Amino acid sequence: MLNRTADNVARATPEPLAKKIRGISDKGLAWLFISPTILLLLAINIFPLIWAIYLSFTNYRANRPNEVVKNLGFANYQRILGDQDIWIAMQTTAHFVFWTILLQTLIGFTLAWLIDRKFRGHAFWTTLILVPMMLSPAVVGNFWRFLYEPQIGLFSYVISFVSGIPPTSIQMLSNVSLAPWSIIIVDTWMWTPYVMLICLAGLRSIPEYIYEAAEVDRASNWRQFWSITLPMALPFIMLAVLFRGIENFKMFDMVNLLTGGGPGSTTEVASITLKRQAFESWRTGYSSAFAIILFVAVFGLANIYVKALNKVKQR
Amino acid sequence: MKSSLKLALGLASAITASTAVSNVAHAEDLTLCWAAWDPANALVELSKDFTKETGIGMKFEFVPWTNYADRFLNELNSHGKLCDLIIGDSQWIGGAAENGHYVKLNDFFDKEKISMDDFVPATVVGYSEWPKNTPNYWALPAMGDVVGWTYRKDWFSKPELQKEFKEKYGWDLGPPTTFDQLKQIAEFFQKRQIDGKTVYGASIYTERGSEGITMGAMDVLYSYGFQYENPKKPYEMEGFVNSDKAVKGLEFYKALYDCCTPPGASNSYMGEGVDAFKSGQVAMHMNFTFTWPGLQKDENVGGDKIGYFVNPKGPDGDQFAQLGGQGISVVSYSDKQEAALKYIKWFANKDVQAKWWSLGGYSCLNAVVKDPKFPASQPYAQAFLDSMAIVKDFWAEPSYAPLLQASQKRFHDYVVAGQGSAKDALDGLVKDWTQVFQDDGKL
Repeated sequence: MLNRTADNVARATPEPLAKKIRGISDKGLAWLFISPTILLLLAINIFPLIWAIYLSFTNYRANRPNEVVKNLGFANYQRILGDQDIWIAMQTTAHFVFWTILLQTLIGFTLAWLIDRKFRGHAFWTTLILVPMMLSPAVVGNFWRFLYEPQIGLFSYVISFVSGIPPTSIQMLSNVSLAPWSIIIVDTWMWTPYVMLICLAGLRSIPEYIYEAAEVDRASNWRQFWSITLPMALPFIMLAVLFRGIENFKMFDMVNLLTGGGPGSTTEVASITLKRQAFESWRTGYSSAFAIILFVAVFGLANIYVKALNKVKQR
Repeated sequence: MKSSLKLALGLASAITASTAVSNVAHAEDLTLCWAAWDPANALVELSKDFTKETGIGMKFEFVPWTNYADRFLNELNSHGKLCDLIIGDSQWIGGAAENGHYVKLNDFFDKEKISMDDFVPATVVGYSEWPKNTPNYWALPAMGDVVGWTYRKDWFSKPELQKEFKEKYGWDLGPPTTFDQLKQIAEFFQKRQIDGKTVYGASIYTERGSEGITMGAMDVLYSYGFQYENPKKPYEMEGFVNSDKAVKGLEFYKALYDCCTPPGASNSYMGEGVDAFKSGQVAMHMNFTFTWPGLQKDENVGGDKIGYFVNPKGPDGDQFAQLGGQGISVVSYSDKQEAALKYIKWFANKDVQAKWWSLGGYSCLNAVVKDPKFPASQPYAQAFLDSMAIVKDFWAEPSYAPLLQASQKRFHDYVVAGQGSAKDALDGLVKDWTQVFQDDGKL
């Protein structure tokens, strides 16, 4: 009886599709389906990467297609690593990444923690807080440039009103000391909601019974925060830091719109330097080498960070 | 069935024929590429006459100045066929000639009896020749332009201000003839209340992204004694680019920026300068002369309220001005070179050039600018003529882009950000430019 049932099931099971198509195995069919995606990936990701690696060893310039391309070995890499301006750009980038991440994490987590209290109207406030990250960076950059304008800008007037300093003296985008902070403020304004959203997901994932058990054990709110809330939300916070870190390491649009890297080279982050070398000075080989160095730096740092993140998750 | 087939065939033939006819009608249309600015609108108007005369339609591709170089250099480098004619910036001429982007026009000029002697010499060297000062022509001088200054004539003529100025500086308030005078006037107006409004001394070029601060600083440096290279030994820059006189010139430019510009004017170029002048913020305004026709017509600051003056003299009496402007070239990748050359021939015509000037373009033809009626033809005509007589231009080498980027960085770091000294900036510039020429194999 059992054997007969098994035979029936076997007979009812459709033959693999591949057998219906002569000459193609299941594996072959699988490759056939994924090949367009793989080809696309090779064409728009892998090939340009390999091509950029090749170019980074040459003196190629895109604006001189007729010129003989010479192999320079590691000369471009040596020149970049020995170029003081490049190191200044890297320092500027590091300063920008550090402060934006710090502020966005602190404010984002605080906002998430407050929203998680579920007070009256919290849904409305959540939506309102999320508005900046829904805007286009081009729009944000342009309207903050007007806000920072020393003669007509609202930002200058508010600071002037609070501090008593004349608004025309508050030159956020022209002052060497203030210009980096003007970008940090805008980036923090725009992307803190994103960090808040991830942190909020982390806070909402903590089971309520853990807090109930802590209440039974008479743990104070302070103790609950340090022993339950923060450790359990930490992987989410770290994830937010990873996303923002990668994004801000290659930040271009906001800096370009607000200061263009100025005044002088005060806010010239690595991506602005790269763009200038690649598309204004047309040093294609040199800029390819710089792009590879940046890629390796981001990739390496992200890998180290992901390992740390996994360790935290396993705890 | 047969009749339906016939109907379908008939319809298909009609559609095909109409498409073909329409293609034929547009086959000779020329596309002219240029920057999106006032003179471009004048050229559109002017070109209608060309279409009337030849039946060749004209299309235009205008790109804002901020993207102009990026957009069209990319187009040329990729051997694109978008532009049949291009009005390319003067500094592109070296690269465009050496990389084969432009058609060489010598034979065409000979055949059509177009003589470069008929054009203002500075514009021929600046817009047409590569190598410079050799009879190798890649463009027809199309739009003369040079950095000059406008001032608020109405403010300058206020009796109370004239009196106060005379008491303070000992000379009559009027258009400055030296840079020292210019700075004194700028200081005098800085943060002054005029008609209930705070005004500032001068708007100067400080833009970082493209070419702004270089065009502005060079406008001063030339008259202070800056030279690009040893006149006897090409590409030798030590002691010329960073000479003591050049250092003094750069220090002056920074002092002018620090003392006398409107708040926040740290990234100002042509558009921002026009805005500052039009909104009544500044007493004086550095800008290319192409902005003058528009300012002259402006209801608030134009007419009798505006005056024009040539770039002032330096401490030793030298007087130069930064050349702007462009020549018109035929793109060598165009399939319509014959029609494009017809346009150049038409554009070189004296009557067309005269109309070009009357519409707001700046003609480079001697017959137009040396006409006795020319200086009185517009309030700014004489200042334009005088400015064109003292022009100097930035490097027009194939590597002009990295050369320009280096000066943008060095000048902005010093003038706007206040980093290091003028000597450091110019020493750094010599180092950067030397590297560029070494990369090019010229050193």
